[in-house]
Amino acid sequence: MAKIIVVTSGKGGVGKTTTSASFATGLALRGFKTVVIDFDVGLRNLDLIMGCERRVVYDFVNVINGEAALNQALIKDKRVETLYVLPASQTRDKDALEQSGVERVLDELRQSFDYIICDSPAGIERGAMMAMYFADEALVTTNPEVSSVRDSDRILGILASKSRRAVQAEEPVKEHLVLTRYAPERVERGDMLSVDDVMEILAIPLLGVIPESSAVLQSSNSGVPVILEETTDAGSAYADLVARFLGEERPHRFLTTEKKGFFKRLFGN
Amino acid sequence: MTSDRTLEAPFELKGSLFTLTVLRLHESDLAAIGAALDAKVAQAPGLFVHHPVVIDLDDLPVAAPPPDFAQLAAMLRQHGMVPVGVRHGSEAASSAAVAAGLALLPESRPAMRRSDVRDEESGVAAAEVLPATVQPTAVAHNRIIATQVRSGQQIYAADGDLTVLGAVSAGAEVLADGSIHVYGSLKGKALAGVKGNTAARIFCHGLEAELVSVAGRYRTIEKGDSEWEQAVQIYLAGENLIIEPLVLETSGHRKL
Repeated sequence: MAKIIVVTSGKGGVGKTTTSASFATGLALRGFKTVVIDFDVGLRNLDLIMGCERRVVYDFVNVINGEAALNQALIKDKRVETLYVLPASQTRDKDALEQSGVERVLDELRQSFDYIICDSPAGIERGAMMAMYFADEALVTTNPEVSSVRDSDRILGILASKSRRAVQAEEPVKEHLVLTRYAPERVERGDMLSVDDVMEILAIPLLGVIPESSAVLQSSNSGVPVILEETTDAGSAYADLVARFLGEERPHRFLTTEKKGFFKRLFGN
Repeated sequence: MTSDRTLEAPFELKGSLFTLTVLRLHESDLAAIGAALDAKVAQAPGLFVHHPVVIDLDDLPVAAPPPDFAQLAAMLRQHGMVPVGVRHGSEAASSAAVAAGLALLPESRPAMRRSDVRDEESGVAAAEVLPATVQPTAVAHNRIIATQVRSGQQIYAADGDLTVLGAVSAGAEVLADGSIHVYGSLKGKALAGVKGNTAARIFCHGLEAELVSVAGRYRTIEKGDSEWEQAVQIYLAGENLIIEPLVLETSGHRKL
């Protein structure tokens, strides 16, 4: 049975789409048949991050409205065999995400996929609610600063009260914390909340810490999920995250400042 | 189970609540009232057609005689309204209203009567009091929340105490008719005794609340206050909201 996983945050710009793209790619690299769906109707970005923006013909809303078959809208990734993207419509708005239609599409995807990753838009309105509603598990993406943490807290409250699992009194949505844009040197200076601060407020298990990294921006601009840039810090942090999600033990990295060696101090990075 | 309600009964009597328009009389001169009614109805013709109204005599000067209810009722009907009853009348006015075929409606709650409010001096602390009815409720239905209360969530224990085992996040609200106990840190709002139970208390392990209230008396807490992050109980002593550290004095071997 396929698992539906929502990548959500409440606040915008914290790294939901980056996380969705790398998480989905990471699961596909492990051989799982994975689809990542863009729920940000009207402000679609996932296709850019995944580097398939030139291949969008039909989209999620077309499938919901019955204007296209699901396999016409699914875009097969050119790099990873078992990875597919279902892009959002750029010309419509979130009202197009009608619940029974979303459910029908997800049910159809469940037939053939192992993992369905829902990339949520920011906010707590219709698009975000639809992305969350059918989820079995949630990656709550948070930056180490107070407004992002409070918004994530709000999202956790909604997952616990308004998701399908909550409404139908099933086992609750399994929650994972993904702390992104983490900069240990700024934590040490007291500019940023530490992992422990965030954990104390949100009180959910930590799945991964992604360091603030120039690699994220570079890979986004070139349409490559950063997890495919294996040598970068953010890429390897996402690889660890996927491994932990699949039950492997991996120590958390990038939590402390790198001790700069003599040559590094001399010549910089 | 037996029921005396049978489907064969020609009718059933049930209580129900309605919102009615109240016509507050400032004087009993029918000519003046008639002129004012003409003007009012002309502003919105059709608005008052078949509109039930209650005649309120609370604003009538004590010395003024009650209006002629039969004529007043006829005048209201002419304007499309349906007079249903009278309230806040003197004994004489009430019996005159009954004689004219009008119902007597119960008085509104004492605090709602304008004539009383007018006499009352407004208390200095009035701005600090949240609206609350005065009857304390019997504490019976306790509620336990085993998880964290998240930002944006509101949990209310009606007729009882509320116990939260996790934290109450900033932006969350916990309310109870009785007392509130929070075993995690209390960062949101906590309102105990919301129906006026002045004996209700708030207990918490780490006070970082945005606001605490007992029976309508409230206080905000600032970072840097002496109670910040302390284990405290909060209760009412007279009009004052007391925040007091929880110290276990009886356990001699325990060091705090």
